[in-house]
Amino acid sequence: MSTDASQDTVPPESSANYVGEGGGSLSRRRFLTYVVAAPVLTVAASSVGDLIAHSKAYAVVPSPPQPENILDLGDVMVTATKQAQDLFVLQVTTDNRVVFRVPRAEVGQGITTALAMVVADEIDARLVDVDAPLEDARQDLGTAQSTGGSSSVRSLWDPVRAIAAEARARLVTAAAEQWDLPASSLTTRDTAVWAPDGRSATYGSLTEAAAKVDQPAVSTDPKPSSEYRIIGTSTPRIDARSIVTGTAKYALDVDMPDALPTVVVRPPTIKGKVKTYDASAALKMPGVVAVTELPTGVAVSAKTFDQALKAKSGVNVIWDAGTVDGVSDADIQSRLTAAIPPLAPAPPLTQRVDATFDFAFVNHAPMEVGSAVADVQSESAEIWVASKSPTGAQSAVAEAVGLSTDQVTLHVVRGGGSFGRRIYYEPAVEAALVSQAIKKPVKLMWTRNDDMRHGRVRPRSHHQLRAVYTAGEVVTYEHRASCVELDLGSGTGQALIDAGYVSPTIGSAFFNLSQSCPYNFGVVTESLNEVSYDMPTAAWRSVYSAQARTAEEILVDEIAKALGLDAVAMRKRFLKTAEARAVLDKVASEGNWGRTMSSGTAQGVGLHGEYRSIAACLVEIDCRGEKPRVTKAVMALDVGRQVNPSGLRAQAIGSLIDGISTVLLAGNHLDDGAFTEGSYSDFKYARQADAPLECDVHLVGDSGKPGGCGELCVPAAAGAVANAYARATGNKPRKFPINF
Amino acid sequence: MPNYAFTLNGERVTVDAPADMPLLWVLRDLLGVTGPKYGCGVGVCRACTCHVNGQAVQVCTLTAADVVGKKVTTIEGLAPDGGLHPVQQAWIEEDVAQCGFCQPGQIMQAAALLKSKRNPSDADIDQIVNVCRCGTYCRIRKAIKRAASTM
Repeated sequence: MSTDASQDTVPPESSANYVGEGGGSLSRRRFLTYVVAAPVLTVAASSVGDLIAHSKAYAVVPSPPQPENILDLGDVMVTATKQAQDLFVLQVTTDNRVVFRVPRAEVGQGITTALAMVVADEIDARLVDVDAPLEDARQDLGTAQSTGGSSSVRSLWDPVRAIAAEARARLVTAAAEQWDLPASSLTTRDTAVWAPDGRSATYGSLTEAAAKVDQPAVSTDPKPSSEYRIIGTSTPRIDARSIVTGTAKYALDVDMPDALPTVVVRPPTIKGKVKTYDASAALKMPGVVAVTELPTGVAVSAKTFDQALKAKSGVNVIWDAGTVDGVSDADIQSRLTAAIPPLAPAPPLTQRVDATFDFAFVNHAPMEVGSAVADVQSESAEIWVASKSPTGAQSAVAEAVGLSTDQVTLHVVRGGGSFGRRIYYEPAVEAALVSQAIKKPVKLMWTRNDDMRHGRVRPRSHHQLRAVYTAGEVVTYEHRASCVELDLGSGTGQALIDAGYVSPTIGSAFFNLSQSCPYNFGVVTESLNEVSYDMPTAAWRSVYSAQARTAEEILVDEIAKALGLDAVAMRKRFLKTAEARAVLDKVASEGNWGRTMSSGTAQGVGLHGEYRSIAACLVEIDCRGEKPRVTKAVMALDVGRQVNPSGLRAQAIGSLIDGISTVLLAGNHLDDGAFTEGSYSDFKYARQADAPLECDVHLVGDSGKPGGCGELCVPAAAGAVANAYARATGNKPRKFPINF
Repeated sequence: MPNYAFTLNGERVTVDAPADMPLLWVLRDLLGVTGPKYGCGVGVCRACTCHVNGQAVQVCTLTAADVVGKKVTTIEGLAPDGGLHPVQQAWIEEDVAQCGFCQPGQIMQAAALLKSKRNPSDADIDQIVNVCRCGTYCRIRKAIKRAASTM
C-alpha cells in the first residue's frame, strides 16, 4: 500500500490530555491521518508523537505514586505503536460498506463491536454498514498488532476516531463538489451525506470522488462527545447472529476440505522429547495419511479427526525426560517461600497484621482448544490461527519452515476464548511443520487433554504481606511475592523490552508497571521474585494482579478487623481517590452492604484499579451447602469514557466468574512433572450452578477517554469472594482455590 | 464401512462411517456441519450439544449408529428457513455471547430445557452443566427466562 504524501493533512491533535483515576497525566499522542492511494476512499493513520507527561499523581496522600500510577502497561502497549506506518486503515467501498480492518484479535472481548461503534459514530454511518474484519499479520505493525493488557480500546480510541473523522470530511467535501453547495451546509447520517433540500448521497456513491479530494472543506476533527449517538449506548455484539446460528467460523471451521485433520501424540510429562518412535501400526490404521515427528511430539494426520485420534494409539514413542520431571507442587512451594526476603520487623509500639497466601497453577482452558490451519508450499505459507500476537506467530512460523516472514500469510481468525492463552501460537508452528513435512494442508487440533497437561498456566505464586499500624493508621505496608517465572510472550514482553523495562526480569518489570496499592498505607513496598522452571506459563487474565491484588484485598479486610473498622468504612477511609470511593459507595448502597444475613452466609467486598479504570465488587456467599455458592453480585466500574456499556458489563461478569472460579474451585496440580487435571471434569471451572443468581453491573462515570476493562474486575471479584467466604465461615482463606 | 441413515436438520442423510465414529466427527468431518464444537470429546464441556429426537445430547459421545432413523438437529437447524428460534433471539437481545464457542451448545441445551419446562426455575437452569469459559452464565439465565416469556 503506497501513500500519497501530497495529500497529507494537518495532524489532528487528540482533544484532551487524559487524566486518569489517579490523576496521573498521561500522554499527548498525535495521529497523522492521510489518504492512501486507492480508487476508493482509504484513510490511514500513523502515530507521530507520544509525549509522556509525568505529573504529580496524588495531591493529598501520604503514599507517593507508584510506577503504575504514572505509566502503566497499556501506555507501554500504546507507545509500542509509534514507529508503525499505515497503522490503522479505514476504507469506504462502492457498495457502501465502511471497512475498518481491526489490528487486534477477537477472542470474545468484543473489540470488533466496540471499534465498529466508534467508526460508525464518528463517520456517521449506520452500525450495520460497518465491517470490522480482523487484520492479517503485518510485520510493519509489530507489537502494535498485539492484543493484551486491556489496552485495545485505549490504544485505538484516538486513531480510529481520527481516520473516521478524516474520511467523513472528505465524503462531505466530495458531495459538496458534486452538488455545488457549500460543504458547511451539508450534514451526515445513516452512511450518507445530506443536503439542506433533502437530497442525499450514500458514502458508497461518493467514495471514488472522495478519494480524489485534495483538501477537506470541513473540519477533520473528531466530533465532541455531546454528539455521540452510538458510543455509550448498549449494543449487542455485531457478530451475535452468526454466533447464535452457528455460522461464526473458528480456525477449525475454515472451509478447507483438503486440509488433513491432525493431532499430536504428546509426552507423559511437561516438555518431554521424543527419543525414538515407531508409527508402523498407526500408518496401517484406517484413514491415516502421515505421521510426522515434531519438537513437541508425534503428529498423526488422517482423513478425519476420529481417525487421527484413534491412530494415536498406534504410535509407540520412547520419551526422553521432560523439563520438570520429579517436580511437584510442594517442591515449587519450597522454592517460592525461600525466594521471599525477610519482611521488615515492625517498629516498637506498633502492631501488625501478617498474612501469607498461595495460589495454585491455573490453566487458561479456553473453550476452543489450540487449533490452527496451515498450508505450507515451497515458497509460501498460509496460516489461519486465532492469535493475539500475529506478527510473533508469523515470524515463528517463518523461522520454523525456513521462509521469510513476507512469504507467510497469517490470517487472524476469531478465537474461542483466550484469557491470555492466545498470546502464544504453538498450534500454528506445529501445523506449519506438519504441512511442510507432508506437503499437504493440515488442520491441527490440540485435544482438551493436551491443553490441560501441556497448555500454559497462570504461574503458581506465594505472597507474604505485612501491614504495620499504630494509633489507627497503617504506617507501612509490605507485599513480597514470588512466582514461577511468567513467560510474557512476544507481544507484551517485547513491548516492555523495547521500552527499556528489563530489570531484573521482564516479569518483575511488568509487576512494577501493573501493581499499585490503592490505599494510603504509608510506606508501601511491593516486589516480585520469580523462580525459574522450564514449563509453559502465560499471562492469565489480570496477570499478577489476579493474585497480588486479591491477596491485598483480603489483607485489607483483616486490617479492618484489627482496627475495629467495618470493611467498607475502612476502605473508604484509606482509599486514595474519589473515583475509588465512588465505585465502592455504589456497590455498598446498591448491594445493601451490612444487611443482616443468616449464619453461614455473608457479604464481602473487593476493589481494584488498573488500566486507568477502577472497579468494586460486592458479593453474597452461601456456605451452608455442600460447597460455597456466590448467590449475588453487585459490581461498579468507572472506566472513563464508555464505548459499549453492554460489552463492559459482559467483561465484568466474565471477570466475576473468573474470580469465583479461581478462589473457590479451579486450579491445576503439578505432580512429578505433569499436571493432574485432564479436562473440565477435574479442572472445575464454574458452571451455571456456581454462578450468582443475581448479578448487577453499574457503570459510573463516563467522561474523558476510555480506560481498560477486559481484565479489570478479576481482582475485585476474587477479593470479594474470598472476603465473603472468610466472613461466612470464620476461616481465614490462605490457599487458592479453596476447594482444591 | 457401514452406511447409516438419519435425518439431519430436516433432510435425510446417509453416511458411510466406521461404527464407532463419534457423531461429532461425522457431522463436522463428513457432513461439513461445524456448528457443534469440539471442547473435550468426552461429554463434559457440552460445547457439541445437539438434539436427537428433541432431546439434548452430546454428539461427541454418540455414534452414527446411535442415531439411525432418528432426527438430529444441530444449531444450524434449530430455526427453520434462516430465521431465529426464540432462544436464539433472546441470546441476541441479552447480548449473551462473548467468544461464542460454547453458545451453540448452550442454546441447544436451553431450547431442550424450554421444550420440557415452559417456565424453568432457577434450580432447573442450575442443572445445565455446559461450560462457558467466558462466564456468561448470568446472561444465559436471563436469556432463558426471556425466551420462556416469549414462547
